[in-house]
Amino acid sequence: MPLTWVLPILIVMGLVAYGLSRRRAIASVAGDARRLHSLPGHYGLNALLATMVPALIVLALWTVAQPLMIERMVAADFPRDAVAPGSTLALTLSDVQRVAEGLEDAARAGVIDAGRIAAMNLKEATEALRAGGTVMAAPLTEAVLTAAVEYHARTVAMRRAMLATLLAVAAIGAVWALHRSRGEFRARNAVEQAVRLLLIAAASVAILTTLGIVLSMLFEAMRFFDQYPWQEFFFSTTWSPSFSGRGGASQLGILPLLWGTLYISFIALVVAVPIGLFAAIYLSEYAGKRFRTVAKPLIEILAGIPTIVYGLFALVTVGPLLRDAFAEPLGLGNSASSVMTAGLVMGIMLIPFVSSLSDDIISAVPQAMRDGSLGLGATKSETIRQVIVPAALPGIVGAILLAASRAIGETMIVVLGAGAAARLDLNPFEAMTTVTVKIVSQLTGDTDFASPETLVAFALGLTLFVITLCLNVLALFIVRRYREQYE
Amino acid sequence: MNDTGLTDTAPAKITARGVQVYYGGTHAIKDVSVDIPDNTVTAFIGPSGCGKSTFLRCINRMNDTIAVARVEGDIRIDGEDIYDRRVDPVQLRAKVGMVFQKPNPFPKSIYDNVAYGPRIHGLAKDRADLDGIVESALRRAALWEEVKDRLAQPGTGLSGGQQQRLCIARAVATAPEVLLMDEPCSALDPIATAQVEELIDELKQNYSVVIVTHSMQQAARVSQRTAFFHLGHLVEYGETGRIFTSPEDPRTESYISGRIG
Ligand SMILES: Nc1ncnc2c1ncn2[C@@H]1O[C@H](COP(=O)(O)OP(=O)(O)OP(=O)(O)O)[C@@H](O)[C@H]1O
Ligand SMILES: [Mg+2]
Repeated sequence: MPLTWVLPILIVMGLVAYGLSRRRAIASVAGDARRLHSLPGHYGLNALLATMVPALIVLALWTVAQPLMIERMVAADFPRDAVAPGSTLALTLSDVQRVAEGLEDAARAGVIDAGRIAAMNLKEATEALRAGGTVMAAPLTEAVLTAAVEYHARTVAMRRAMLATLLAVAAIGAVWALHRSRGEFRARNAVEQAVRLLLIAAASVAILTTLGIVLSMLFEAMRFFDQYPWQEFFFSTTWSPSFSGRGGASQLGILPLLWGTLYISFIALVVAVPIGLFAAIYLSEYAGKRFRTVAKPLIEILAGIPTIVYGLFALVTVGPLLRDAFAEPLGLGNSASSVMTAGLVMGIMLIPFVSSLSDDIISAVPQAMRDGSLGLGATKSETIRQVIVPAALPGIVGAILLAASRAIGETMIVVLGAGAAARLDLNPFEAMTTVTVKIVSQLTGDTDFASPETLVAFALGLTLFVITLCLNVLALFIVRRYREQYE
Repeated sequence: MNDTGLTDTAPAKITARGVQVYYGGTHAIKDVSVDIPDNTVTAFIGPSGCGKSTFLRCINRMNDTIAVARVEGDIRIDGEDIYDRRVDPVQLRAKVGMVFQKPNPFPKSIYDNVAYGPRIHGLAKDRADLDGIVESALRRAALWEEVKDRLAQPGTGLSGGQQQRLCIARAVATAPEVLLMDEPCSALDPIATAQVEELIDELKQNYSVVIVTHSMQQAARVSQRTAFFHLGHLVEYGETGRIFTSPEDPRTESYISGRIG
């Protein structure tokens, strides 16, 4: 029975368990559903969950574990001297897996008989692979074929075992739930509990994924620090990677990149926060309903523009404009790419983030607050400054933080607006660059994932992650303190 | 209990003529005319939804903040038309304070809640002066003993009845000439109610107080004049003693004796 059948079978079993359980519960109270502890549907649902959920968990775990276990068993049998010179055991084993899968594909396509796989010789197998559409880089060897045959046999056996286990688990679940479906059983509580666990599982997926991302970054970053001194990375003020082709030692100091990131983000926030906040206050407190319904979506459209378009705007319009109007007359340089250009354009991009969120938050402040203040003879602007904005502050801080994270993570506008030159400088009309831009440039082109020049990208990414994390914690702390004082 | 002789001679502080209020298509106040004297407590009574709050809000133009509300007619305070275009509603509201039906403390400390009005209007010379204003307002609202050790804590953390008194203190601290109180004792226990009623009695020495209440006993206890509203109409208005002993309108009679409500 193919694997694709497993799910439908489980669903059918679940539904049957639902129906039987429900019926049994009602029968246990002689048809008087009011004597049941829970609604009849709860008994059914409980049985459905008991049938399907454990089986699905087994399915998930099995699917993850099966290839790992098979590979380990095959690896144990594989003759070490059969590994081709210049290759590794891991590479050879992945060849084995490809051959095994290729043979199965061929069998499925009807090119060969599945029963023949175990008894194939080299020539037959090569033929079958070609006919089955599997392309091999190197000619098949005896050792690989033997291993592949073993791999295939074990896969088939495991699959059977899995199917049997799944059906058994589902059946046990169904029978157990059915047995418990009597009037006094608290099916509702059981279902509630199951729903709770389901929700917890969903939340854990998000958390575990984040953890996984961090760990993988951490792992690669550690490899970087094995090859490159961390003092240099964190404290050196020079960023000049040399690529393998050119030779020479690289200097991979993060400071110029971090400086560029913070400088550009700072300018962006200086632009976006006041404008966004004032726009939000105008929209929520002063603007008429008609104006608001038109203006709010218009501002939000700004948020939908791809950042590369903003980047182009920075490159062809803002950059030259700033250079001609300020940088050159003031003697501050003649570069069209500059921190100012990228910061301004990024600020414009962030306005809708700040304004749209703040607007929602300000509008959510209860009318009673405004009435209270106005009723004491406060003017509109006093009311806004002293009552509404403080009441909305936690949300506004959140909005600003979101904008800050976007600014720190932005890449495209920086590439086109501020250039790619790593530099530590105070002059806002100089070209500089950011951490994200360098992550991209270290990972594009011909990369060798063992050299520090490439691995540095992970260290950069990790640093960026830690910075945004600190920013979030800081904001949480601010909001908490504020809450203590007010709410 | 009611010094009835006084009220007849007291000059009218607030005069309303032919006031209509519409909420969109709903006609909430229908042709109400009333004279509210100075240095008196006037009670508005009537069944729920009859327009007491709506009429009260006309007196300090709080209906301006409701987009769908429209007020027609003529309301004067000290002879000045408050709906005149030259009148600044902000100044008007500083003069005509209001305690809302639902307690609405600001999300600020207890102290800052009470100090809000005095700060805005620059009523205090210095910090000590402000402290004095806050303390006396809280004392008058019968809240001081309960909060004197936690003035820095948030006003929103108080109980419902404490919040109600905080809002009274906040309104009193601004030193208005007219105080509009919309069910100021709805969440208070008998002792706090008695204290607030004492405050109202005291306020009438200097102010004109209008109080909305659902308690007939309270209206009888604190007010000198009573207005009975029904379905947007001002049915009957006169001395409290007379309204409660010999009402002219049968609707007033049945409301007071508990037959409509
Ligand atoms: N903001 C509003 N928008 C629309 N209609 C309103 C609004 N406020 C009040 N109304 C309507 O106006 C009428 C009078 O309401 P009002 O709040 O003045 O009653 P009330 O006498 O204060 O009642 P209660 O004793 O329950 O507080 C009611 O029919 C109410 O539905
Ligand atoms: Mg009311």
